[in-house]
Parts: sequence; structure tokens; C-alpha cells
Amino acid sequence: MNKTILSGNEAIARGFYEAGGLFASAYPGTPSTEILENIGKYSEIQAQWAPNEKVALEVVGGAALGGVRVLSAMKHVGLNVAADPLFSLSYQGVNGGLVIVSADDPAMHSSQNEQDNRWYARAAKIPMLEPSDSQEAKDFTILALEISEKYDTPVLLRTTTRINHSKSIVTLNERVLPQQKDYVKDFAKNILLPANARKKHVLVEKRLEELAEYGTNCSCNIIELADKKMGIVASGVSYNYVKEILPNVSILKLGLTNPLPKKLIREFADQVERLFVIEELDPFLEEQIAAMGIKVEGKNRLPILGEFDQTIVAQAFNSDVPADKSVLDEVKIPPRPPVLCPGCSHRGVFYVMKKMKLTITGDIGCYTLGALPPLEAMDTCLCMGASVGYAEGLEKTAGDKLKGKIIGVIGDSTFYHSGITGLIDMVYNDSKAKLCILDNQITAMTGHQENPGSGLMLKNDPAKKVDIEALCRAAGVNKVVKVDPYNIEETLAVFKEVMALDEPAVIIADAPCVIKARIIFSKPYFVDAGKCTKCEICHRIGCPAIEKDEDGKAKINPLLCIGCDMCLQVCKPQAIQKPGE
Amino acid sequence: MKNKVVNIVLSGVGGQGVLVASDVLVAVAMVAGLDSKKSEVHGMAQRGGSVVSQVRYGRKIYSPLIEKGSADIILAFEKLEAVRYLDFLKPGGIVIINNQQIKPLTVYFANIPYPEDVEAICRNKTDNVVIIDGIKISEELGNPRVLNTVMLGVLSNYTQFSEEHWINAIQQRVPPKTFELNRRAFEAGRTAK
Repeated sequence: MNKTILSGNEAIARGFYEAGGLFASAYPGTPSTEILENIGKYSEIQAQWAPNEKVALEVVGGAALGGVRVLSAMKHVGLNVAADPLFSLSYQGVNGGLVIVSADDPAMHSSQNEQDNRWYARAAKIPMLEPSDSQEAKDFTILALEISEKYDTPVLLRTTTRINHSKSIVTLNERVLPQQKDYVKDFAKNILLPANARKKHVLVEKRLEELAEYGTNCSCNIIELADKKMGIVASGVSYNYVKEILPNVSILKLGLTNPLPKKLIREFADQVERLFVIEELDPFLEEQIAAMGIKVEGKNRLPILGEFDQTIVAQAFNSDVPADKSVLDEVKIPPRPPVLCPGCSHRGVFYVMKKMKLTITGDIGCYTLGALPPLEAMDTCLCMGASVGYAEGLEKTAGDKLKGKIIGVIGDSTFYHSGITGLIDMVYNDSKAKLCILDNQITAMTGHQENPGSGLMLKNDPAKKVDIEALCRAAGVNKVVKVDPYNIEETLAVFKEVMALDEPAVIIADAPCVIKARIIFSKPYFVDAGKCTKCEICHRIGCPAIEKDEDGKAKINPLLCIGCDMCLQVCKPQAIQKPGE
Repeated sequence: MKNKVVNIVLSGVGGQGVLVASDVLVAVAMVAGLDSKKSEVHGMAQRGGSVVSQVRYGRKIYSPLIEKGSADIILAFEKLEAVRYLDFLKPGGIVIINNQQIKPLTVYFANIPYPEDVEAICRNKTDNVVIIDGIKISEELGNPRVLNTVMLGVLSNYTQFSEEHWINAIQQRVPPKTFELNRRAFEAGRTAK
């Protein structure tokens, strides 16, 4: 049986394997995370987590210099972090093939923005492939490595959440291992001094022209002629919606979307009466086609926001559109947002910070959920690592009103990713802001990936652990305190002491993720209904295990409670009880 | 030959095994020689949030997404999550509900009540509502974690696939040491009243 069902991410991993890939690195980020996780399952391939996307791409760039096929994967905003090496890698080129996967997230299922990373391919002047299902995700990964080597360029494989996280049937092939190339010292190619880079830029422009020519004949760009009244240019997942909703139109399906195969587009445009582009997010293709002097439509009837589906495409072209009436217009139902897990150590820290009415600059991770009711203990969340710089900047301008009140909150993985540089800045520029590092010793939000502080590498080999406390001290922070976040009284005392200091200071909330470490502290706690006064203070910690009974008294769900003890500590009438041994 | 496409929405709460169940459903379609796609969004699923997976199968499938108003079946692992995705159901479609209530926190701090009459809300939309006590069946099998396979057993009565295809698909998608338990869970669901 050579057919199986793979997600887009599994298919990319499989394609890399079949193409003889030998080295891969990434930083986790939804919807890209499972690419490296699945590559890591192949014993033939070296795969490792990097502390951030810039490092991942640089390590992969070095590995390609060594003459083997390499891959780096990241979510769309991760490519912002890796943009510096990306743009210059374009000039330098490769030795072994190099593919960068950018997993975009239209509709922001788990992201802070919905930037369209196709612009990166254009700005960095590198080829870009966009698969429309798992089979193509596999095939295009292999093709990307071939193009990379043939045209001496990194290649962007651009996906969206609906490609990464959809599953479909894929035909598998054997792995073919290409001959490893020798590493050759090459001053003119690999040293991007201005004199060399100027010459390389000429080659980059020439490469784009050659690639545009290649795109015209490439099997990944296909014209499907049918009714010529309407011609549609589509790529990625949008192609599928066109096939479902407009089965009779002519289609130019683009797999290679940068540089544009201009000859092919003209050929297609000449054959159809009206030309449309159906693309999610920005008018990336549409504007370029319009700039060719071709009359084209798209964003005049399709949204620039969010992701598409059949209904959106149908509405744009007025065909069979289902009625808009929703059951939920008549029945109001409670939303079910993700919440901090029962027994999560972050809960105690947020409870204390809220109690102290601190101004909290937040960051990206599970703990961002602390911004939601009932904890609501976060003022800002911008991008990876921004909690530190935001705390510093706000403290410098907000004045006396917020004196002693400003603290950044960041997880261990995010701290390694890009928090440490902010902390160095805090010390260097004499900031008085404070930082709390929630050290649960894992990259939790994306599904528990190992990191430089967890003690294991991607394939579970033992690793040295970063000592966060020593790292903060080495950056010049005098006051670095570890607390047990499950002890609310002690945590409160430490926060009070630290916030009063007139210098930067770091509090490390030191407790492993209960889900990753499979921690159960005790049998489920319970409520003595006779003592419960319905004060609802226990509800303020936002634990999903604490419910209400018919009388409005607190009730603990024994299926969820792991006995972390925090609710008992905040219960003034002592109604919450620990079970006897 | 007309391309008859079957659309099934599986919904539930993080941790209930919705995504594994939808993997099995895609696998059974493939075992039966059909094209199949599914789509879901993970990332937050482990944090107790609402989880939905959309499965489609037929001779040729393009989009991995189901249009609202076109699902043949909604397989809800939790009552509220049947209502949340009810707009996907086509007229006269089938709603299969596990009679379990997991109250989200928003019931307490946002004071939005959990709907009392889930069955009635569904019956407003279709006559074909099937309610089963999946937790009881799972507990009788000695493991509440097989709820998802019990649900597939119930679902199997409303699909075109043979029992042999189903068992084959389950074997492909579950860990070998749990296969026997899952096989029994499937049978229990398939014969549940």
C-alpha cells in the first residue's frame, strides 16, 4: 500500500524525507509545528529545535553549505524574525538545496496578525511554491529542493493553515539520497561584502528572469481550459473552492507564484473574456497582473480579510448561496474559549499580580490566556519577546502613577527566543521595570516541544539546560528570585518585595507544566457546602475544575481537579477541603 | 457517475478524542476506495476549548471545508457542541449527540446559561436526532477514553461502509495495544440503543 492519509505538515516532512533531506531546524509555531516534529521521526535526518527562527534559518543555511538538502519551517510571524538571514541568503545562494516553509494563518486561528508572507518571496527575490493539498505539499517540497539547487537560491514553500492542518490522501515514494556536495571555500559567493554583494545582486535579477521563464513551462503551473467566458487565476487552497463552486470556468492554477510566469498569464488572459484572481488576503497576484496591463478583477468582490471557503467564493459570484439565517441568532450559547488547564502554575502568578493591580506587559504563550476573564491580568501582547521592551519603555514614560507597578511576563521558551536581548537592554539602559519569567520548562502552547531549558533535544537525547537564573545574573540583574507559584502567600510576598525595588529585577516562577510532566498533586479537592458563602473568590482564579451547584455554591469537578491547592488558599471561609490521605 | 459527496462534522471539547475519531473516518473512506479530506484547527485543542473537525468523502474531493447547510451528519461528543455547529446541518440531516454536559467557564463568569433543551433546539432543525449515553457505554467497557470509538460505532450505522472496512481503519489509526479495546468500543457503539 503506497497511499496514506497525511496532513499538509506530515506531507511536507515526507517530501523532505523522499528528497533525501538530511538536516532541518525550526522554532515551533502554529500552524507549522508538526513539520519538524514529523521530520524528527525519520532516523536518517538530523532535526533540531532552535531558540528562534533566525537561528533556525542560519543553522540550516550553514548545513546547506555543507552540501546536503535542508529545511527550516516557521509560522508567518516567525519569518519576520528570520528575515535578516533570508534576504541575504537570497544573494548568497546555496550549496545543498534549501527550503523555507512559511505557514501563514489567514483568519488568525492562533496568531496575532494575518500578514501575507507572499510579499517576502517578492521582496527577497526568491522563488515561491504554494501547494493546494497534502499531495502537492509533498511534491512541492521535493520540487522546491530541486529548484533551489538548479537556480542556486533558497526557496519559499508558502502554506496556509487549511493546507497545514487539513488531511488528504498522498501517494508515497521511496527516499532518494542525492550525492553530498563538497564544501568549497568561495570568497565571491559566501562573503557578502559590498563589492561581492553588488555582483550577486546582478545574478539575483537574472535568476528571477530565468525563473519566470521556468514558471511558464513548469508542470506546477497549469491551464485548465473550459468555458472561456470566465478565467480564474488561483493558487493554494483557493483553487479547491473554485473547483467546487465554479466547476465550468477556465482556470490558471499557479503552483509557482513568484516570480510570476508572465508569458503563461498573458496566454491565459488572451483566451478568456473576463479574468479574475481568487486569492486570500492581499491582492498579491492581482496587482502584479494589473501592472502587466491586463484587465483583471478580484478584490472588488472578494474579501481581503480572513480565509475563504466555498460560501465566500459562491457569494462573490452570486451562484447558489445558502441562506444566512443562523440557529445561533435565536439561541445564545456560551462560548468555549481555551483556558489555562486545571492545576496550571501560571494561575497563581496572575492571581497575585491582579491582586496587586500591576500593569502587566504580556507575551506569547499559554499564559496569554491570563489576559482573558476572570484573571484579566495582562495589559499588552504584541509579539515574541515584546513583554520586556514594553515594560522598559512604558516604565520610562508613564510617570509616577505607574511607579513600582510595571512588570513584563514571559515564558521560558519565549525568553530564550527573544526576551533575553530585551533584558540586557533593561540593565544597560538603567530601567526600573521588572520581569517575571514563567518557567514551566517546556514550549507548552504549541504542544510541548523541548527547548534549551527543558533538558532534552528534539529526538529526546539529553541536552544541557540553560540556567535562567544565572543567565539573568550574567546580564547584570542583581535581584533574581525564584518562587513556587503554587504558594500564593509566598508569591505575593516576593512580588511585593521585588516591585518596591529601584532597579530591574527578575522573578522566576519555577514549576513544570503539569500536562507535560503528568503531575497530579493529590486526589480531587471538595467543597464543604455548609461552609461555602458563595463569595465566588475561588472563581476568580479561573480554574475550569471549579463549577457551581444548583444553589450557586462552589463545586469542584473531580474529573478535572488535580489538587494544586490554589483554590483552598484563596477560600476565606475554608469551605474548600483537601481530601484525607 | 455523479460525484456524491458526504459531509460529516465532528464536534466536541478538547481532550474528548474528536480529532482521532475524524482520522479514523477519513481512513475508512480511503479503505473503501474513496477520496477523502478533512480539516481542523489545532493548537488550542488541549486547553479545553471547542474542537471541530470536518470530514468529506466521495469520488473526488476538492475543498477540505464543509459549507454551512450541507453537512449530512453532525457527530457531537458533547451536547452544547452540537448546537454550536448546527448551522452546518443540511435540511433533514442527522444529529448524533453524546448525552454529556461539560459546562464551559463562561457559564459562571459571563453568566451565559448552558442551554437546557439541546434536543429541542436540534429537533427544530431536523427530525433525525439520535441521543446516546456514550459515557455510560465507555465506562461499561472500563475506560472513558474510548468514547470516541463508541461514537464512531454509532456513526457507522448511518454510513455506507462495511464493518470490515471500519475495523480495518480503526486498526490503522489506533495504537496496537489498544486495538482490541477499541474494537469492542466500536461494537458497543454500533449496537447501542
